[in-house]
Amino acid sequence: MRTPLLLDIAADAAFDRIALGTREDGFDFDAYRARASQVAAWLRSRGKANTAFLGMNGEALPLLLFASGMAGTPFVPLNYRLADSDLNKLVARSAPAVLIADDDMLPRIAPAEGIELIARSDFEAEFLAGATPERADLPEAETDIAVLLFTSGTTGDPKAAVLRHANLTSYVMQTVEFLGADEGEAALVSVPPYHIAGISAILTAAYGGRRIVYLPAFTAEDWVTTAAREAITHAMVVPTMLDRILDVMAETGETLPALRALSYGGGKMPEPVIARALAMLPHVDFVNAYGLTETSSTIALLGAEDHRAAFASDDPLIRRRIASVGQPLPSVELEIRREDGSCCAPGEHGEIHVRGEQVSGEYLHKKAIADDGWFATNDAGWLDEGGYLFVEGRLDDVIVRGGENISPGEIEDMLRTFDDIADCAVLGIPCEKWGEKVVAVIVSRSGHPDIEAMGQTIRAQLRSTKTPEQWFVRGALPYNETGKLLRRVLKAELAEAVCAD
Amino acid sequence: MELKPGSRWKSAVCDAQMVVVRPPSGAGELQCGGAAVLPIDDAAAPTGAVSPDFAEGVAIGKRYIDEESGLEVLGAKAGKGSLAFDGRPLTLKGAKPLPASD
Repeated sequence: MRTPLLLDIAADAAFDRIALGTREDGFDFDAYRARASQVAAWLRSRGKANTAFLGMNGEALPLLLFASGMAGTPFVPLNYRLADSDLNKLVARSAPAVLIADDDMLPRIAPAEGIELIARSDFEAEFLAGATPERADLPEAETDIAVLLFTSGTTGDPKAAVLRHANLTSYVMQTVEFLGADEGEAALVSVPPYHIAGISAILTAAYGGRRIVYLPAFTAEDWVTTAAREAITHAMVVPTMLDRILDVMAETGETLPALRALSYGGGKMPEPVIARALAMLPHVDFVNAYGLTETSSTIALLGAEDHRAAFASDDPLIRRRIASVGQPLPSVELEIRREDGSCCAPGEHGEIHVRGEQVSGEYLHKKAIADDGWFATNDAGWLDEGGYLFVEGRLDDVIVRGGENISPGEIEDMLRTFDDIADCAVLGIPCEKWGEKVVAVIVSRSGHPDIEAMGQTIRAQLRSTKTPEQWFVRGALPYNETGKLLRRVLKAELAEAVCAD
Repeated sequence: MELKPGSRWKSAVCDAQMVVVRPPSGAGELQCGGAAVLPIDDAAAPTGAVSPDFAEGVAIGKRYIDEESGLEVLGAKAGKGSLAFDGRPLTLKGAKPLPASD
């Protein structure tokens, strides 16, 4: 099964429904498909293996995604936030390709063999302007790779994750009801094009029959204004976005009455932020989603009922589920495994493994999936008695102190219970005595954190080996634009200070 | 008829259209309203009558399965006829919709 089929059947059944853009002058599903088919015919005429894209969000993006699927040229969205030298390495790795790039980004691209560079303004003048064209007649494409996504590289050189048509269509068809959206529903997409959620948002919206409105790039002010103007009903945000959105709503008094569902993921959401969101948006269903690029997006989710039940419960075992990512999707299998490969008991920490049709677990020229289909996520986590999944971050971030494995997440969660802690990170820094020692980096609201009290609490409630041995106070912690804490950067910065100690 | 995943079909006797989500384990005939379905690009317009034995309808967005062969079909357009595989009626697959997450 191929991704263009998702658009095709939606366009046949709901051809005059608005699919992309504003209520006033957006494209309907018929125009969406017709324009994508013209782009596909053009891509075929260029004869390049891949279709690359470097630019901000906008209607060109979904047209290119579906057109690449129709033309059989894997779609490669590139990260415009990379430094020029890193970006150009990825451009070279995308060749041979047609590369459509925002006009102001063109000068950043060094000439490379096999790259045909097209200015976005030219592309849009040709394919987005004017009356709806005829549908181009295309032969069925053969290539089964739909998308190549370079992973964020927070732990090394970017790898090109391979997502096949079968992975993506399986994800969409197993999780979304075909044309299940009401006519008036609209999703506001602000995750960048090179993020898996940006790709899956296009596919699920088309199949579900939900209009997409793009923010070229995220600012909280634009997000709130657009959500209000376009009567946005659905949106996905990363944790750093939500806090800022709530600030703007508090300042402007906007209540977003049309909003029905807000999903979040891509990093740990501080509990005070989600509590504030629930209080400020009582009419909204919150969904916490967990997934990876290599799994075609979501594999587990905490739904609206779970959120409400957790906040309403006096039982600490239910209450703590607000910090979980909920239960695995019915269409995937999920296990927590020990280092020796055996399955963990409930409550026992290990590595998250997943299996299902949506799981690609594959990089270009390298399969990372076991022969029996199981994929090791490299994420640490555990399941509670009810099957709720708690994700603790990358396995590489687990601190090994004197032979004891210490999860930073557990200590960070405890630190966040202090009102004075605006943000925090717990890291393992190499030291001679223990191999690694536990170090805390905190952002204090008052500027005068009571480190002694925090240390005592951790010692009393966890244990002394988990108590940070050194504390650093910072104005802010480094994040990438999709809300992932850049632990590697912090670690490198601290290593010198700590080791010199 | 080759019922490949992603292949599209239409009823010969009503307005229903469908997509094969999972293929059957062996060869057989997909039927709607009691008659063999046609490829989606077949020029023929629906003719004849829906058999009263297969008249419960196809609903858009619903999934229909044949337990025995594993065949699974998505209703892409609604129609009056109901689906069968080699005369065995397909059953509606009950699935709780998941909340949108991206």
